[in-house]
Amino acid sequence: MSAMSNTNWDRRNVLRAAMGLAATGGLAACGGNTGRSGGSGEALVQYFHAYGEAGTEQAIKRYAAAYDKARVTTQWITGTNFESKLFSALLTKNAPDMFEFHPQIQMIKSGQVADLSDIMEPVKDDFNPADIASHTIDGKIWGVRMIDDPQFFYYRKSMLEDAGVEPPTTLDELVEAAAKLTTDKVKGVFLGNSITPVMNPLIWSTGANTLTDKNEIAYHTDEVAAGLKKLRTMFKDGHLLLDAPADWWDPSAITQGLVAIQWCGMWAMPVIQKALGDDVGIIPFPTSADGGKPAVTNGGWSMFVNAKSKNVDLAKEYVKWLWIDQKKYQEDWSLSYGFHIPPRTSLAESATKLKTGLPAEGVKLFNEFGHFDNPAWTQAMIVALESVIADTVRKGGDPEAALDKADKIVNRELKKLFG
Amino acid sequence: MSTTTTRGVAKGRATTETPQVRKRRGVRGRTLNFWLFTGPFLIGLAVFVYIPIGWSAYLSFFEARYTVTPSTFVGFDNFTYMLTNEKFTDSLVTFTVFAAFIVPVTWAFSLGLALMVHRLRFMRAFFRSVFFLPTAVSFVAASLIWKMSIFSGVRFGLANTVLSWFGIENVAWLANPNPPWYWLVIITVRLWLQAGFYMILFLAALQNIPPELYEAAAIDGAKPGWQTFWYITLPQLRATSTAVILLLLVAAYQAFDEFFNLLAKTTWGRPPLVELYYTALGENQDYGAGSAGAMILTVLICCVTMLQGKFMGFGRGEESK
Repeated sequence: MSAMSNTNWDRRNVLRAAMGLAATGGLAACGGNTGRSGGSGEALVQYFHAYGEAGTEQAIKRYAAAYDKARVTTQWITGTNFESKLFSALLTKNAPDMFEFHPQIQMIKSGQVADLSDIMEPVKDDFNPADIASHTIDGKIWGVRMIDDPQFFYYRKSMLEDAGVEPPTTLDELVEAAAKLTTDKVKGVFLGNSITPVMNPLIWSTGANTLTDKNEIAYHTDEVAAGLKKLRTMFKDGHLLLDAPADWWDPSAITQGLVAIQWCGMWAMPVIQKALGDDVGIIPFPTSADGGKPAVTNGGWSMFVNAKSKNVDLAKEYVKWLWIDQKKYQEDWSLSYGFHIPPRTSLAESATKLKTGLPAEGVKLFNEFGHFDNPAWTQAMIVALESVIADTVRKGGDPEAALDKADKIVNRELKKLFG
Repeated sequence: MSTTTTRGVAKGRATTETPQVRKRRGVRGRTLNFWLFTGPFLIGLAVFVYIPIGWSAYLSFFEARYTVTPSTFVGFDNFTYMLTNEKFTDSLVTFTVFAAFIVPVTWAFSLGLALMVHRLRFMRAFFRSVFFLPTAVSFVAASLIWKMSIFSGVRFGLANTVLSWFGIENVAWLANPNPPWYWLVIITVRLWLQAGFYMILFLAALQNIPPELYEAAAIDGAKPGWQTFWYITLPQLRATSTAVILLLLVAAYQAFDEFFNLLAKTTWGRPPLVELYYTALGENQDYGAGSAGAMILTVLICCVTMLQGKFMGFGRGEESK
């Protein structure tokens, strides 16, 4: 361009100014919409996985709204991969201040969660001792248990009667029952689309465990390998419900009559009872080897505070306010939507809904056969055994080889955690 | 009119100044304008592309678990770990199998659609839109529909309902890897989603073929149908075909959503990006190993792209037409 007239300069100046504005505007927009109020320090963000029961999201938001010292925003994380969304968010600046998860030692070793001993110590005696134990590492308490969720089998009494099958008490009987209960309309058993939810119960019911007390591998036994082969038999023969539109944590499969026996959790009990009335019973995962005993997974969710949050103290205060002080809300959360066993002894004792009928049986299984979280059993190890299920039960591979492969991963992890 | 005047003035002024000064001012103005126009884009490119790539390269030499600001230097450990990691090498095989299916299938299917739509005498715009519409659907949404209603394993899933008419038993499409029916689900969802887009590219190319060629061929005795297609249409589509194949390969390489959503908790059917996602963001949060894997992939892609350029002659200008 050779022309340099005044009119041209004006146009360019305007253009430059506009470009400059656009550039700064663009930069300013970065980091603007984080969902927090700017700089007041009175806002907290919490992550929850999406509970399936109606009204749960509203309930969590209602409790948060009742807190007057901070504005608490809830991120309700839908989808099946809450762990990876949570783990990746924790590394960023937009990490939640509080989140629900299970006690796992790597989060403590890497300094991701804050020590909650000071708020837990005064009320420690009112919590289920097993829950306190699973949240205590190096003498400190790292999380506040909100709910305990036993997982077991639901079965349709009428279907078992019609097929002439007694509720199975051993894994062999379960395999047999699955075969007898399978018709062209109904499958025998639902162990989840990926079969992974019964991995731990299988280990426990052979009398083995995931890890020893000294944090060494304890799952790699001949009995576990044999149990995997039995699961494979059910899978291969087409007696398992697979690729169901709703996975195991949702009671749809059993309520819609797709299956006679389903692995699910206590949380689904109100919905199942409403749909099936008296035509439902519950049993633990049956004994899988001589010397073993039936097993129930005592899962559940706990509240943690992000140690890198800008408002650790405020977040702790909120967790204390809601999950330690507000018994009314804790009771509502445990009993008004799905059924969960309150970890607070005082609440569990006054929970009349859990005193009779099927819920009382659930509590009995929880107390008698339940296995609580082992914080040393981390997500990487969980995934290693999920791969064992995939390789053996679904793909038909040799259990020994698959367990050997898992050993390598678990040992690598154990070495990193405990040296 | 005014333009001529200003130009005259400018020229007059230029002659009075020394050429050197004028030149320098011009260059400076141009440089400023260059940065002004490209600046915002370059900043974006640096912040969102180059810095992450550099950071990833840096991370790949460190033990970086649960952190992206690591301190333990481990040299090439992460690279040896990834290269000897069966899962990572398997993912490269998975990708190769996937590309070997999806690229030719989509190419043939979208070309077929384009040929059909091209020959329509009425409602052409309607069918063009209908076939193009799936392009607007998200991979995640489509995967969920495929997983939960079409290929669900229960008796009322669409595919199983159809099979039951012929007395064939229910198939667990995704849960059971023997036989690997999951490939059918993955290939069909991607085919449905992307065929329409490539059909549009082929349609445009078809409309560009001069009708005289067909007339001349007809006069020379070429039979309409297969012969004309093989000797006239297909050679005329060479440039578009090359571009489509390249785009399809790139898209196949980027495949993530359908694998991630359709196959849960498997040890199979994981292309590299899914595998790296699980390494870096999954339960391990091993950013060092993840970054090393990403670097290995980058090198592989560079090699493949160069080879492809050599064999297919894409981007060589006139020749490729």
